[in-house]
Amino acid sequence: MGSAVEARDLRKTFKGGVTALDGVSFAVETGSVFGLLGPNGAGKTTAVRILTTILRPDSGSGRVLGHDVVKEAAAVRASIGLAGQYAAVDENLTGRENLRMIGQLSHLKRRAASLRADELLERFELSDAANRPLKTYSGGMRRRIDLAAALVDQPPVLFLDEPTTGLDPYSRIALWGVIEALVGEGTTVLLTTQYLEEADRLADRLVVVDHGRVIAEGTSSELKSRLGATVLDLEMGDAERAARARAVLERRFGDAPVVRGSVVAVPLDEGPRLVMDALSVLDSAELVPLTLAVREPSLDDVFLALTGHGASEENEGAEVVA
Amino acid sequence: MSGASAGAPMIVARAVREGRATMTPWRALVDIAVIAERTLIGYTRIPEALFFSSVQPVMFVVLFRYVFGGAIATKAPGGYVNFLMPGIFVQTVAFGAVATSIGLAEDLQKGIIERFRSLPMARSGVLAGRTIADLCRNIVVVAIITGVGYAVGFRVLTNVGGYFAGILLLLLFAYALSWGFAVIGLSAPNSETAQVMSFPLLFPLTFASNAFVPVQFMPGWLRGFATYQPVSQTVAAVRALMLGGVTADHVVQTVIWCFSILVVLAPLAVWRYRTRA
Ligand SMILES: Nc1ncnc2c1ncn2[C@@H]1O[C@H](COP(=O)(O)OP(=O)(O)O)[C@@H](O)[C@H]1O
Ligand SMILES: [Mg+2]
Repeated sequence: MGSAVEARDLRKTFKGGVTALDGVSFAVETGSVFGLLGPNGAGKTTAVRILTTILRPDSGSGRVLGHDVVKEAAAVRASIGLAGQYAAVDENLTGRENLRMIGQLSHLKRRAASLRADELLERFELSDAANRPLKTYSGGMRRRIDLAAALVDQPPVLFLDEPTTGLDPYSRIALWGVIEALVGEGTTVLLTTQYLEEADRLADRLVVVDHGRVIAEGTSSELKSRLGATVLDLEMGDAERAARARAVLERRFGDAPVVRGSVVAVPLDEGPRLVMDALSVLDSAELVPLTLAVREPSLDDVFLALTGHGASEENEGAEVVA
Repeated sequence: MSGASAGAPMIVARAVREGRATMTPWRALVDIAVIAERTLIGYTRIPEALFFSSVQPVMFVVLFRYVFGGAIATKAPGGYVNFLMPGIFVQTVAFGAVATSIGLAEDLQKGIIERFRSLPMARSGVLAGRTIADLCRNIVVVAIITGVGYAVGFRVLTNVGGYFAGILLLLLFAYALSWGFAVIGLSAPNSETAQVMSFPLLFPLTFASNAFVPVQFMPGWLRGFATYQPVSQTVAAVRALMLGGVTADHVVQTVIWCFSILVVLAPLAVWRYRTRA
């Protein structure tokens, strides 16, 4: 199948001189889930805003179902649903009123819009709260109503900008289930996230963006195999001991271990065997870690592996000034 | 969270979907009505805001009628209270226009305008809908102020036709101002700033005017501005329509002002709405 969404060399510099997108290209296959993974400030929202016709790119082009996002904006708007990073709903209206309003603005008849609103409220388990103003909704409920609002017109292409940021783990997992069900019905989804775990769980393919550029592209297992599946964190107590630990580990692991503060992170790309190796190497050097933890690789690990710098805000700030 | 299926997305055929993307005058009207309804529902959900926005003009009525009124000499038939009330009407709708700018700035801040901009709506729908809702709100406020005016001794000296003609002109002016303040709301970084940005415009317009005191007591350099600026023209027209006197000239001036504001600022507001980054 062809591409439902296409970004070609998108560039955008905001007034004030921040370059949010510096030549971003990707294509989303019809019926698939595509992840845009990157830290805060990477340019994810800017890309989504351009592809949903909210913002014009300085150069480059975007297409949704073959329609140009600038020249055929109306056709694009009729084909998409958008759930933004910030739940964009009317606080003063009830859940039902919000969904009905979106339906009418998508040019459904008033009655059809009402029926559709009730259907979605039920689907998202919001029927009990349907007649309460959104002011009284919890964070998780807001995200659900926001997602429901994106679905009112049954759009073939759905844009979800950090759909679970700020949610508690329970609501996050519940929302993942909802998104997976949508994909099962054939919707094409473009999703942005800061969480590798989320991209891994939901996205068929993903691009990693940093400072407005694509720095890696592939399936999440392709990316993870480049990173090592899990990571062993060794807390050494202070930076000096961490540096010594890294030096001795180097003999066995090459340059894979990295130091972050007082922690040495060792990728376990050959499985649990490596935990034992690492500990015996450290034992013989009399460098016993204070604590240790085995964890899934984080976005930070991806960034360390891909760029040599972390995904932290300090790095970003420094580059923006430069 | 599955339950009733949301339906396969392809059910809405591509042709139907693209048909819906075509804007027609009827659809534009529906968009405007839906946004107006949404804004008005919002106002009823915060009755405190509506209440306090009418308390302020009531306080102005009391303040000028009983505190300053005695010190202000006018030749208005029926005394200062009759001179004052048309001024209060215009001042009230002028300050009320700030609500348009605050409301839009809030919508921008909350991100709902982003959603509207991603929908296949009329480009002017959000602004026309809000300004019409604000017009409805003004009708309520003007009715309240009329009641308060009557309670403190204000009397229409012409006739019912004159009163309603005055109110109509007042509402036209309010509507035009709403579009002007929409530009401010769409340019401000947040709603607090939208409010602060509005006042440097409002204070000279309402106080350096004939709303509360006759302009002949002002120094010469101010008198020109105070005579011809839109608030004064509207006050003069409303006064003439409700109390009698030379009418046509002020009414024509007011209508010219209103249409000039609309012709220049409405397209500017729509442009701001569409292009704000
Ligand atoms: N409207 C705007 N005006 C100015 N700068 C902006 C605007 N929107 C985003 N930026 C800047 O562009 C960069 C990318 O932002 P964004 O696309 O929101 O990133 P992300 O969604 O990945 O966190 C950031 O440095 C941000 O500060
Ligand atoms: Mg973002």
